Amino acid sequence: MGMSLAFHILFAVVGIGMPALMVIAEHRWRRTGDAGYLELAKRWSRGTAILFAVGAVSGTVLSFELGLLWPEFMKQAGPLVGMPFSLEGFAFFTEAIFLGVYLYGWDRISPRAHVIAGVLVAVSGALSGIFVVIANAWMNTPRGFTLIDGKFTNVNPIAAMMTPAAFPQTLHMTLAAYAATGFAVAGIHAAMLLRDPRNAFHRRALSVALLVGAPAALVQPLAGDIEARYVARQQPAKLAAMEGLFQTTRGAPLSIGGIPNENERRTRFAIEIPHGLSLLAFHELDAEVKGLDAFPRDEWPPVAIVHLAFDTMVGLGSFMALVSAAVLILLWRKRDIISLRWILIAVVLCGPMGFLCIEAGWTVTEVGRQPWVIYGILRTADAVTPMPGLIVPFLTFTALYCFLGIIVVLLLYQQVLRSPREGETFPHQTDAA
Amino acid sequence: MTFTLAIILAGIVMIALNAYVLLAGADFGGGVWDFFARGDRRQAQRDLISHAIAPIWEANHVWLILVIVLLFTCFPAAFSTIAILLHIPLTLMLLGIVLRGSAFIFRSYGSERDTAQQRWGRVFAIASIATPVLLGMCVGAVATGAIGATAVSRSGSFVSQFIDPWLTMFGVGVGLLALALFSFLAAVYLTVEAEGTELQEDFRTRALWAAGAVFVIAFGVLALSWTEAPMVRQMLMAGPWALPLHIVTGIAAITAIAALWTRHFRLARVAAAAQVTFILWGWAAAQYPYLLPPTLTIEAAAAPNRTLVLILWALAAGACVLLPSLYYLFRVFKMQRRS
Ligand code: HDD
Ligand code: HEM
Ligand code: HEM
Repeated sequence: MGMSLAFHILFAVVGIGMPALMVIAEHRWRRTGDAGYLELAKRWSRGTAILFAVGAVSGTVLSFELGLLWPEFMKQAGPLVGMPFSLEGFAFFTEAIFLGVYLYGWDRISPRAHVIAGVLVAVSGALSGIFVVIANAWMNTPRGFTLIDGKFTNVNPIAAMMTPAAFPQTLHMTLAAYAATGFAVAGIHAAMLLRDPRNAFHRRALSVALLVGAPAALVQPLAGDIEARYVARQQPAKLAAMEGLFQTTRGAPLSIGGIPNENERRTRFAIEIPHGLSLLAFHELDAEVKGLDAFPRDEWPPVAIVHLAFDTMVGLGSFMALVSAAVLILLWRKRDIISLRWILIAVVLCGPMGFLCIEAGWTVTEVGRQPWVIYGILRTADAVTPMPGLIVPFLTFTALYCFLGIIVVLLLYQQVLRSPREGETFPHQTDAA
Repeated sequence: MTFTLAIILAGIVMIALNAYVLLAGADFGGGVWDFFARGDRRQAQRDLISHAIAPIWEANHVWLILVIVLLFTCFPAAFSTIAILLHIPLTLMLLGIVLRGSAFIFRSYGSERDTAQQRWGRVFAIASIATPVLLGMCVGAVATGAIGATAVSRSGSFVSQFIDPWLTMFGVGVGLLALALFSFLAAVYLTVEAEGTELQEDFRTRALWAAGAVFVIAFGVLALSWTEAPMVRQMLMAGPWALPLHIVTGIAAITAIAALWTRHFRLARVAAAAQVTFILWGWAAAQYPYLLPPTLTIEAAAAPNRTLVLILWALAAGACVLLPSLYYLFRVFKMQRRS
């Protein structure tokens, strides 16, 4: 399931970000009459269609897999977390319907209705992401029930949706979707512009993509800080693993990099910033931060993975935030960023980073929660299906996903990224810079 | 029958399944006819099928997700048993769903080269045939009582827990019935969508053949149920509503065939949909009050009342958004065409 999710999340995120790009492009075309934006909107909508279809089928796999892999989890948690999944179902439904209308309705409905359909696709895409993350937040901070003899009684699905993790996680995740998609698209077009700086198509694409990606990436560290502070309070073992902190400490330092060694109980080769961790996690120089020694050995998550994943996310995320700040300042000063090669190169570098951050971030959340599926309540090992030989479906789906991934990339190249050739709908003018 | 919350929600699950069968079922059937596209108008037939499916198949597909989500939220005990014992056919069905959806989209957006188009077309068609059979086999496994009767334990043998319950003659029969019904629906719908008499005639012939197949297979399944699904058969033959149900199903079937024969295609569409709907509800009624016969009743499988009430509210709110949107979708793509 980790594999299916890791795959699905990429499509899901693009499914949230891409409709936003597509609607903005169409809106600009309607306002300015600039055919370049129309071409962009059409290409992006084709990209959205491909990704949505693959996202939809991989999502279907997930909804079954919840039960196929963790029947015990679903049996107990279904009545509690079913609510966000049901709402998510409706959000998907709306998204699928209006995407159909948008894609095939260019000349069947009025311009206004068409833009509205696009907006509805974007909004319901974002809502669907939010609902699923709410379900995941419940696994981190389970609420809304009384546990009697290991059974959930007195269930309250509404309280289960409003857990302490829900707000920080959904905020951070939604921003991540826009940041990652925006920069991935921007990165690709920036690469094209490095080779062909006067290409008007790529210029327009870059400007719209940065408009979506940069503001999101800029505020992402703030959202991440909110999230880290909730983790410090609600899941101290996870925080300790994220930071590779083995001993409970007052005024704990922030360690960057390094290799945590669970047997020696220390993190070597890390750069330490004194008091950094206490300051970040509790906004207090001398706050006490719980180390892994505060927890039984069999409740430790795999420390090295969590710590490195966390540093990867924060490192790459900080770089993206810096680049975004530079881009936004330059745009605000009305500078032409396309003539600045270093900015283009930095944007290209940011291209894959958003997605790396997302995979790293989910690794932190999910692996950091181990050995629990439901934090403090149900262990992963007790939730898994009794069916033997799970490696077979695992390998099948992994192979299938790799195969689909390659095809999707090829198609996207053909349908979306390739510079328009002579004679295609887009008039091949080049803007004089 | 008293309408408790659990019964109402089970009914809603059935309605969603019904919508899935009528809408997405026909999309699968379209894949079947893509596979069997023959003659001079082969390309025209394929084009008609993909035009008919393209704008709506994803929305149609979501009905299945709704069924699953409602099952695990409202009937978690049943869901987890199904998920454990039917792991293998469900996984295969998922593979079919993934391959069909992706192949369809890859074919629509892929390179124009004929070989690539053909290859994706093949994948799309074959997955469209396999998936309904697997879906039917899962339904069959529930109806025989094998799912309800098998106790899950780590000591039980692999074959007796994970293969035997679903790999039965009866299961295969229900799988083939599902395939025939979906193909029938698709052919009938396509007679309405076709522009030009020749195409219309192509699908009229196919619809009539499929109707014949449904008839033959349905009787085969009934015969098999004698030994393999005695409880359901008992109810189907002797339940209080058995006779009226058989009569309305028969009327719908005869109307569909007569309407096809006399080329009243719109009437045929309504009748075919009604026929399939009656068959589906016949199965549900035969199982009542069990969700997983012979042990697990709808009431016993249900989640706490509080969850059920909230889900009902969510469904009501969702329906307010969904139904107008769906109406809009089908109006834009399915009604303007003929005008
Ligand atoms: C573009 C993507 C992206 C970027 C730039 C960042 N993150 Fe992140 N992060 C995610 C994408 C992400 C994510 C994939 O969206 C996660 C996984 C689960 C979640 O809710 O968000 C996540 C989880 C996550 C968690 C784990 C919380 C938990 O276990 O519930 C923390 C503490 C942070 N993030 C903190 C940060 C900080 C301090 C960043 C500073 C730059 C940062 N993130 C940048
Ligand atoms: C809301 C959505 C999610 C749910 C309900 C969920 C559910 C679960 C559950 C029940 C487990 C424990 C089983 C196991 O360890 O194999 C798990 C682990 C895992 N999840 Fe998630 N997850 C969600 C989101 C994600 C996402 C988006 C990713 C993507 C990158 C992800 C990646 C993983 C990984 C890698 C593990 C394995 C951890 C380990 O084995 O140590 N999860 N998830
Ligand atoms: C936490 C990470 C997840 C996010 C952000 C997310 C978000 C999304 C989004 C935006 C889509 C729309 C597809 C697209 O536009 O490409 C989608 C599809 C889907 N997702 Fe997820 N999802 C996540 C995890 C899950 C999980 C754990 C499940 C399992 C229940 C799931 C079930 C589905 C389903 C069933 C679909 C298909 C809907 C359709 O057919 O339209 N998702 N997801």
